[in-house]
Amino acid sequence: MTEEQRAEDPIKTGSILVVGGGISGLTAALEAAEVGYEVFLVEKEPSLGGRVAQLRYYFPKLCPPTCGLEINFRRIKENPKIHYFTLAEVQSVSGSPGSYDVTVKLNPRYVNEKCTCCGECEKACMAKIPNAFNFDMDSTKGAYLPHEMAFPMRYVISPKILGTDDAKRCVEACQYDAIDLEMQPKTMNLKVGAVIFATGWKPYDASKIDNLGFQYRNVVTNMMMERLAAPNGPTSGKISRPSDNMGISRIAFVQCAGSRDENHLPYCSYICCMASLKQATYVREQYPEAQIYIFYIDIRAPGQRYEKFYKKIKEDENIFLIKGKVAEVQEDPSSRNITVVAENAVTGEKIQETVDMAVLATGMVPTTADTKLPGDVRCDPDGFVVSDLAQGGVFATGCAAKPLDVTSSNQHATGVALKAIQTLVSR
Amino acid sequence: MEKKLGVYICKGCGLGEALDIEKLEKKVPPKVKIRKVHPILCSPEGVDLIKNDMENEGVNTVVIAACSRRVLWDVFDFRPAITERVNLREGVVWSHKPREDAMPEEGPQVDEWIQEMAQDYLRMGIAGAEKIEPTEPYKPEEEINKRIMVMGGGVTGLSAALEVAKAGHEAVVIEKETKVGGFATKMRKQTPWAYPYEDLQEPVIEQIVKEAEANPKITIRTETEVARVFGAPGLYDVSFKAPGTESKWDIPAPVEAAEGAEAPPQPPGADEATPDNPANILAKDPEAERFGAIILATGWKPYELKKEAEEPAEAEGEAPKEAEGEAPKEEEPTYEHLGFGAIPDVVTNVAFEEMAGQGKILRLSDGKPAGSVAFVQCPGQGSDADFPYASSITSMVALKQAKYVREDNPDAKAYIFYQHMRTLGQNEYFYKSIQQDEGIFLTKGDVVSVSQNGDGLVLEANDTLLGENIKVAVDMVVLGTGMVPVTRDDPILNLAYRQGPGFKDLDLFDGYADSNFICFPYETRRTGIYVAGCVHRALGIQECREDATGAALKAIQCLESANRGVAVHPRSWDMTFPDFFFQRCTQCKRCTEECPFGALDDDEKGTPLTNPTRCRRCGICMGACPERIVNFSDYSIDSIGSMVKAIDVPEDDEEKLRVLILACENDAYPALDICGLNRLSYNAHVRIIPVRCLGSVNVVWIKDALSKGMDGILMVGCKFGDDYQCHFIKGSELADIRMDKIGEALVSLALEKERVQQIQIAIDEYDKLPGMIAEFMEVIHGVGPNPFKGF
Repeated sequence: MTEEQRAEDPIKTGSILVVGGGISGLTAALEAAEVGYEVFLVEKEPSLGGRVAQLRYYFPKLCPPTCGLEINFRRIKENPKIHYFTLAEVQSVSGSPGSYDVTVKLNPRYVNEKCTCCGECEKACMAKIPNAFNFDMDSTKGAYLPHEMAFPMRYVISPKILGTDDAKRCVEACQYDAIDLEMQPKTMNLKVGAVIFATGWKPYDASKIDNLGFQYRNVVTNMMMERLAAPNGPTSGKISRPSDNMGISRIAFVQCAGSRDENHLPYCSYICCMASLKQATYVREQYPEAQIYIFYIDIRAPGQRYEKFYKKIKEDENIFLIKGKVAEVQEDPSSRNITVVAENAVTGEKIQETVDMAVLATGMVPTTADTKLPGDVRCDPDGFVVSDLAQGGVFATGCAAKPLDVTSSNQHATGVALKAIQTLVSR
Repeated sequence: MEKKLGVYICKGCGLGEALDIEKLEKKVPPKVKIRKVHPILCSPEGVDLIKNDMENEGVNTVVIAACSRRVLWDVFDFRPAITERVNLREGVVWSHKPREDAMPEEGPQVDEWIQEMAQDYLRMGIAGAEKIEPTEPYKPEEEINKRIMVMGGGVTGLSAALEVAKAGHEAVVIEKETKVGGFATKMRKQTPWAYPYEDLQEPVIEQIVKEAEANPKITIRTETEVARVFGAPGLYDVSFKAPGTESKWDIPAPVEAAEGAEAPPQPPGADEATPDNPANILAKDPEAERFGAIILATGWKPYELKKEAEEPAEAEGEAPKEAEGEAPKEEEPTYEHLGFGAIPDVVTNVAFEEMAGQGKILRLSDGKPAGSVAFVQCPGQGSDADFPYASSITSMVALKQAKYVREDNPDAKAYIFYQHMRTLGQNEYFYKSIQQDEGIFLTKGDVVSVSQNGDGLVLEANDTLLGENIKVAVDMVVLGTGMVPVTRDDPILNLAYRQGPGFKDLDLFDGYADSNFICFPYETRRTGIYVAGCVHRALGIQECREDATGAALKAIQCLESANRGVAVHPRSWDMTFPDFFFQRCTQCKRCTEECPFGALDDDEKGTPLTNPTRCRRCGICMGACPERIVNFSDYSIDSIGSMVKAIDVPEDDEEKLRVLILACENDAYPALDICGLNRLSYNAHVRIIPVRCLGSVNVVWIKDALSKGMDGILMVGCKFGDDYQCHFIKGSELADIRMDKIGEALVSLALEKERVQQIQIAIDEYDKLPGMIAEFMEVIHGVGPNPFKGF
């Protein structure tokens, strides 16, 4: 059944709702569905995969996330128990464990199930819109495919071009009658027994960290770095200085950009140390001679496998690990070079390195920090969702529950799938 | 089932323009009566056309010549009918730019090369579809048992049992000690796991034990060990014994195969063993108990500092070089500088915890209360690495134990020397709360030495936050040693499997039963057996409980899947399974040895014994079999072989060489699709067949291709090596080994071994594929046409 057909005929009872189609939500949904439970998976973006789809590689294995996503998407295709909805938002959840009434808003894609993904609308559309998938470092057309591994593989018309000639051009270009500009939001009612929130995280807003110079063109965040290094990113995988697209001979990574900082995120964001070590390998792959400076408070490589990776990085003679919190990031206006100023944590001595570009290892903020979830859901002061395991019924997993890496998220999500099942079983 | 084929050709998405569809349709063999062309096959009208033929014409095998099978699968879902997708869009039209200078003078403006490619694919699709059979799920004769055995009665094991029970299943916990609870019962306090993450918590273990003991669905067996696990998911027969005793059902120790030898480990006396002789791993204990799945939660043991000398290096970073020259390493106690072993008041964090759990913190030397304690996280000596097998847990434990010192005596002092404080996530709050304690001194520092000074100790450290070189007088020193997974030194499971008693290749993960897959932490090479807790990774108590819940789900999921007759991850919900035609088996044992999941055993003659519920349906056995007796209903020697044979090979056209590409359907085939989506062109003389795994490629397909006159074969699959990406662990690596052997065979036939090659590719490296294919074509042009062409 296609998404549209399922929306007409949702299954009503004994099922589990998973909110969020990133890696944790996918995992929770698939694991529960493979036990044999009906699962509704609701994602607000036009495609599944979430945050990890933006990553070039996972640490420490340096393998592409799309590899696992492809398997997960195939699991969805094979499994009649799982029903996914994109551009869908949960609006209300009411009831008690075992019996929840849920309303889901299905936002218009303006492209229906007749889309073959031929790409003619994209060619016809002239307007460009910032590409959020690439953190606005490039643009897409007003008719676009979220990315080339998008699932479902179907185009989207941006609401920004509605009412313009571009929208008309898209309609005319489509031979398949797949573009429907009159599409309206729809509401779908579900009755489910348990709800899992896997609403994930977003990068901490680097512009809030005054002293780290995010306003300078050659200062990017770690998530932007993932896109710069990705073959399907804005630079087709070439890591270069944003200001002039020149190569890199010196680069700095600024750890704890916002994290472990009372003024920003008091907690540790779990993944940023490993992410920067990983990104050092991206730079090394393209620039065998580049000098890489990593400014850190502690290198948090938690456990044997990560420690091994860290050890390998340390063997690189041109990777300099500097124990010191960065106090300031400056730009030379003429060369656009970046100077990173830090204080050595042990000696107190002031360190300065001038580099071609700097990467801020910004931390993770739970989506729920500023978006209230529907229903009776409790969050801690950081915005992470607290599951009431004793009562059951509603759970959180992945980075909605706590800062985690991918492996730990998936471990957690697999367990939470069982907690949801227990809610159904015990009733 | 009598097959009735319907062939449906789409003209949409540029197919109608780039191809001569009329000519293409004529290539459908005459025996296929139902053949239709539609302008947009995926439109409701197109789908109705097919459904109509299914209803009114009895079509039960649908061949759709349109786009890739990876897209619009929900539109073209005609289950239970057989559907074969011929990939004309991504695989032909989108990935091949027509040569403008090669257009015919009259007739449809179609590039002949591209047209030929489409024709071949259509013929191949039809040939394959004719050989595919409908699938019946495998149902074992015996009923699938739904009880779950949990090995290990610590926090993780008991939690797993409780989670299993809450989901409605029975669990039996096996614990070798006299009581359950594990190390957690020896602990004084636990680190906090909820906001505000500040105060130490009373251990939860007591509550967990109570709950588990009271749960009617849980049976706890203490002073019990597993002697033998016989069988397969849903059908495990387990023999128990008293710990430390010998049982006749003990799994005989595997005999290491000699270097280069191919024989699997055979227990002594197994050759003449009869099925009721326990020396034979195929013997089944009549008194064994049946279980459906197993959770391995046997935890960790403290890292033995003294053993460090025997296993130098790994986490030690650069060991002092002069030590190497002076004496053999075995005699070099690496932690001598820390006084461990020589000074009684230098203890490990494990010993310290046990002492704190029992009561006051006292010096071992004289029994006096310890007024000041130093915690050493990193052994120093030029490296910033913590002790081997340390983790974020060791950091948290040091903070916790410093707090014990302060709890016992408000005037006491605690010092923590570390290089990297690993308090991840919200555990940072706990670290911060410790920093507020004015009796706890936290500093980065390189600990140089610990020595006795009168009745106290002196610790020397360099480069600390308290000064460049400092000396601290303390009563005790606690070393932050790590947690070693018990699976490092002991197979534990005692599986009666031909491939051996434990998990395979754990040395890749320093002994942890790690899955190796970031995305799939519960992936296991022994289907039905899932690990949790500190055998999995170093985890804290709360994380162990969460991990136990995940493993409990996987165990239940495996039972349900076995009961349904479908595969578990990664081919979840696949109902096919390998069917062996034993009459032709020559007992070469290749399938038994090569199955990455140990799904096959063999009898005394070497004939494979299948265990379908262990099977993951990768087809590596099919690829291994020289007699070609292993097949799946929808994926067989014949179905792929027929596709190969359906390729039209021009006989004397040096320009039109033909190359067969066998592409892994998990990564390489999607990457090829993305080439199409991005309109990246690759050579039009290749013919691509997706395979379940490169490991499932049988040599006969390569022979078929060569005897058909094809000029080369390129295998495209996942990366192998320590960080293997093959979803079936060994598939691409095994294929590579087999290809090497094929090379030799080719030479003996006077064919160049370059004709058959394998390349490794990750799914995101699609942009490299056209170049890699071009490079291979270049090689083939270099060696020239296959001399067997036309024979």
